[in-house]
Amino acid sequence: MTEPQEPFITFEEVSKVYQKKSEPAVSNVNLRIKPGEFVFFVGASGSGKSTLLRLLIREERPTQGRVLVDGVDVGQLKDRKVPRHRRKLGTVFQDFRLLPGKTVFENVAFALEVIGRSQREIADRVPEVLSQVGLYGRERRRPDQLSGGEQQRVAIARALANRPSLLLADEPTGNLDPETSVGIMSLLNNIHLAGTTVVMATHDAAIVDRMRKRVVELDGGHVVRDQTRGIYGYG
Amino acid sequence: MGDSLGMGRFRFVVNEVFQGVARNLTMTFAVIVTFAVTLSLLGVGLLVGAQVNQMKDYWYDKVEVSVFLCTADADSLNCSPGGLTNKQRVDIKDKLQSLEGVVESIYFETQAEAYERFREQFASSPIARTASIDQLPASFRVKLADPESYQLVTEAVQDMPGVDVVRDQRDTLDRLFVALSGLQVVALGFAATMLVVTVMLVSNTMRLAAFARRREVGIMRLVGASKFSIRLPFLIEALVAALVGGVLATGALVAIKVWLVDGVLAQSFSFTPFFGWGVVWLAGGVVALVGVTLSMVTATFALRRFLKV
Repeated sequence: MTEPQEPFITFEEVSKVYQKKSEPAVSNVNLRIKPGEFVFFVGASGSGKSTLLRLLIREERPTQGRVLVDGVDVGQLKDRKVPRHRRKLGTVFQDFRLLPGKTVFENVAFALEVIGRSQREIADRVPEVLSQVGLYGRERRRPDQLSGGEQQRVAIARALANRPSLLLADEPTGNLDPETSVGIMSLLNNIHLAGTTVVMATHDAAIVDRMRKRVVELDGGHVVRDQTRGIYGYG
Repeated sequence: MGDSLGMGRFRFVVNEVFQGVARNLTMTFAVIVTFAVTLSLLGVGLLVGAQVNQMKDYWYDKVEVSVFLCTADADSLNCSPGGLTNKQRVDIKDKLQSLEGVVESIYFETQAEAYERFREQFASSPIARTASIDQLPASFRVKLADPESYQLVTEAVQDMPGVDVVRDQRDTLDRLFVALSGLQVVALGFAATMLVVTVMLVSNTMRLAAFARRREVGIMRLVGASKFSIRLPFLIEALVAALVGGVLATGALVAIKVWLVDGVLAQSFSFTPFFGWGVVWLAGGVVALVGVTLSMVTATFALRRFLKV
């Protein structure tokens, strides 16, 4: 890749105050993330890392400052344009958020159906993305017939189905044992290597230390450290 | 928008609606029944209104003012013992004829004619045999040019000597219409109450449906489904319930027409016309339209409250 690059994600003096609390969830955050980067947001619960992700998917609007994704001011986005923005992102969570009544195939297909993709596109794309996450042959299983790691792979497949340029992961290994977590991280790393920007919030020190990626540490809503090839704690 | 509404998408929405209905079967049933009852009441109100109009059109044209003249033993203040004199009769007729523009025609019914008519009307009753000719009054039957101005006729002749009593058939009819209008008000009043209940029930059902589908809705929001496609399955659910309710209500109106109106009322009251099928279909259409509008408006408001998009 050529330098210098336009940032893909920019936080510009971003503060977010939830109405009920007087303490800001994030305070005066400045951050630039280049296309194709892999970034960890680390910090204790309530440090503000999930809020940063919620600002990116426009689940929240910043109280102050600007959040830009791919040149779009997300905070200023009109409500009817939000779906279009979210189609460019994939998001996974700690609790997988799969539909229990649907099979693996149907769970992934659902994400494409609801944005109006044709049955033909779905029939092509779903097996492709399921092989990519290593679930080839599990299409007809239901979530309760899968291990936690497999369920998270379904969630990742669903997030990737629409070929997003940005993958957001909020504590994706939070419900998984260490061995399974390693598998999920190597999958996320492969996705990153294929060119997708990955932003992951976590407080799993072992994972962060092993990956040696950029680490942004938050404490009380402030960015207290931004380190390329960092580890979880101060190194 | 990139949302194509092709077959695949159609199948998807239909599937979602079926799942929604199946998951919420008792509530859907309750909504349908409530719609059916509400809309039936509304329809009955409309039919009664149509019937009143029909009868007014038919009867007001035929309305006569009857000026009954004194008999020998009448006890009205205008009557002198010995009954009606020829002079009185001519004066009354002149007076009636002078009411130009109000009176269309005047017919004089003699006591003998009155007696004949009386016997015909009560042919099957023992009363017919007890009456005699001189007990029945002669009368002027006045047909009006303008049925609304019947009071002018009454005022003109009611105090003249020789006039026993002035009867306007409209008074009798109006009493019937008041009763029918009362029935209409009651039906529409119940319909209005049920309408409020329906709004609350639909709103609550939408809340339950939104809660039951919160996982799906959360994922749809996350992957960028449009507001419209998130709300569509809910709106279709409400629409289907309203339409089924509307069809059932129209069925109830048809049943009323077939069994109550044509089967019973038209047989027993053959002297008056009843509303036809056109009115039934019109009422059915109005009722369906009201149901659909009501469900769409309520569902939209409810979803705005219960469905974050």
